[in-house]
Amino acid sequence: MTGEERAGAPTRTTPLAADAPVVLRAENVVRRLEGEVPVTLVDGVTLDIRRGEFVAIMGPSGSGKSSLLYLLGLLDVPSEGRVWLDGEDTSRYGEDELANRRLEKLGFVFQFHFLLAEFTVLDNVRLPMRRLGRRAPDEAEARARELLGHFGVAEQAHKRPSQLSGGQRQRVAIARALANDPLVVLADEPTGNLDSVSSANVRRILHDLTHEFGKTVVAVTHDGAFAAAADRRIGIVDGRIDESWRP
Amino acid sequence: MAIQLDIAITHLTSRKRQTLVSLVGVVLGVAFFLAVSSLMRGSEKDFIERLVDNSPHITVSDEFRTAGRQPAALAWPDGAVRISNVKPQTETRGIRGWRQKLEYVEALPGVRAAPVLMGSAVLTFAGREEGVSLSGVVPAMMKEVSTIEDRFVEGSLDTLAANPNGIVIGQGLADKFDLDMGSTVSVVSATGVTRAMKVVGIFRTGNAAYDESQTFAALKRVQVLLDRPNRVNRLIVQLDDPHRARDVATEVERTIGYKSVSWIEATEDIQSVLQVRNVIMYSVVSAILVVASFGIYNTISTIVMEKTRDIAILKSMGFRAADVQRVFLYEGLIVGAIGSFAGLLAGMAIMKGLEQVALKPPGVNDVIHLPVWWGADQFVLATAFAVLSSLAAAWLPARKAGRVHPVDILRGAS
Ligand SMILES: Nc1ncnc2c1ncn2[C@@H]1O[C@H](COP(=O)(O)OP(=O)(O)O)[C@@H](O)[C@H]1O
Ligand SMILES: [Mg+2]
Repeated sequence: MTGEERAGAPTRTTPLAADAPVVLRAENVVRRLEGEVPVTLVDGVTLDIRRGEFVAIMGPSGSGKSSLLYLLGLLDVPSEGRVWLDGEDTSRYGEDELANRRLEKLGFVFQFHFLLAEFTVLDNVRLPMRRLGRRAPDEAEARARELLGHFGVAEQAHKRPSQLSGGQRQRVAIARALANDPLVVLADEPTGNLDSVSSANVRRILHDLTHEFGKTVVAVTHDGAFAAAADRRIGIVDGRIDESWRP
Repeated sequence: MAIQLDIAITHLTSRKRQTLVSLVGVVLGVAFFLAVSSLMRGSEKDFIERLVDNSPHITVSDEFRTAGRQPAALAWPDGAVRISNVKPQTETRGIRGWRQKLEYVEALPGVRAAPVLMGSAVLTFAGREEGVSLSGVVPAMMKEVSTIEDRFVEGSLDTLAANPNGIVIGQGLADKFDLDMGSTVSVVSATGVTRAMKVVGIFRTGNAAYDESQTFAALKRVQVLLDRPNRVNRLIVQLDDPHRARDVATEVERTIGYKSVSWIEATEDIQSVLQVRNVIMYSVVSAILVVASFGIYNTISTIVMEKTRDIAILKSMGFRAADVQRVFLYEGLIVGAIGSFAGLLAGMAIMKGLEQVALKPPGVNDVIHLPVWWGADQFVLATAFAVLSSLAAAWLPARKAGRVHPVDILRGAS
């Protein structure tokens, strides 16, 4: 990674160490859909993501970005190749073990907020902590409130998601993704459905996650400003990494 | 609270109307189950009780289960001799040595017995004749083994002891012949002996056939009438615990040789009919709970369909298939458990109401109340069946929910 590539990024407080450990690795990953007409969604992607990195995945619509993100997020299993998370080869894991890894080490933010409509904002953020069961209930609540406060939605704690604006919901979704203090946050077009002010807000939050809290963020995005803020941009065309791709 | 239970409750309360409908299904099913079961089992108990009350627990008669072997056959036990056309030794009817046998039976713990000589006779009064069953009894002993004493409208069994010429008849016969206390009837036995006897007691059991054809007189007098001096042909046995009847009868028969039939054996056909009736009844009322569980299936299937997106989120968050499955099983369990509980209350209310109903069935002279049985096992059965069928109804949609693949839903949503 060269200094020029990072030129568009805002000032970073903790520069990414060159020897930072690899937390997520795709190793020649292929995802194929079998069927009458087999479709290859991801076609041999190899990729290392280091701790604290802010990576933007870009590319034309339908090029396989989301599919790659699902594989990196252990939501889907590659047809060939392996995904390594935190030094572990996940190919030997069954469905339940993959679920446990997601619970402990990964957080997701999607284009649509995907909050549970019947639960309050606070309960939505507590949900992953309750499932993991490592924090006492009052401790979990305190953490949920702290996260909501950090993202400026503390006032909304007892509201339903439907009573919030789009930008607020997305911030709650980010708080929920961080609930179990994950290693990596994966985001699929997190600003795709937001107005420019909210987009900037969410972009700044994700950026700060890496540069202030040392989290790793992998985000699929169409948003040029978003990509410019990333440490690294990866172009995907036809399911493959394309170094030459430019928006 | 477990997070899965929390989500389950949220799902149910967010679909109040549909949840309520499936709840009502379970409540009605359980209540109906109890109402029907308590009545059927109650009438069965009532029937058996009457049976036990009104018939001897054990009757020892002057018969053997297998015909006695003839002397000729005994002389050549397994020789190649074939005996035919033997004139069988004639038996003198009656229980031989009945006093010792009676003593033996009475010595058994919790057992009372009375000797009876049963025969038939023809009763004539004012030119009319009627064949009746005539039992010679010892009043003091008979009272110990039968409820007949409680059924007297006028007079009593005891009068027979003081009045050797007395006869006790049923209300039906009295009405038919227009007999009153003190009326004199002429009694003719099969052996041709005739005696004039005075009505000293009238009973009414409520069983019309019995009240028209059964009569009692002193044992001594009947022995004379039937020309069977010193003989009896029945020992009527009563137990403190009627349910021991089968065992006691077997024991008695083994010891004294005479055929001893317990009420259980005598009513085997009725008991098996009752059992079949119970099987049919429980199948029907359970079927209603099965129908109610379709309501639950429908509700939970709808919730699963509506909440596929939520399920995908939960799974992406790290919920395992089993966690998701549990959410929907809890939903079935909650509806089943709350529905059963409310159903038990409703059922008991209906049972209380049924108990108040009075009716007068044909053949019985008294007003009776519907026999409602309050036994615990029907409550357990209804609850267990309701909860299990609710769980079973939840199982299919729950399994489907557990299998939701988050990627399929995430792709579709974005
Ligand atoms: N279940 C499926 N069956 C057939 N084609 C699919 C299926 N899912 C995705 N695709 C196709 O695979 C390609 C990659 O999809 P996706 O990973 O969502 O791309 P992106 O996120 O880059 O827009 C698209 O062309 C899409 O239409
Ligand atoms: Mg996509």
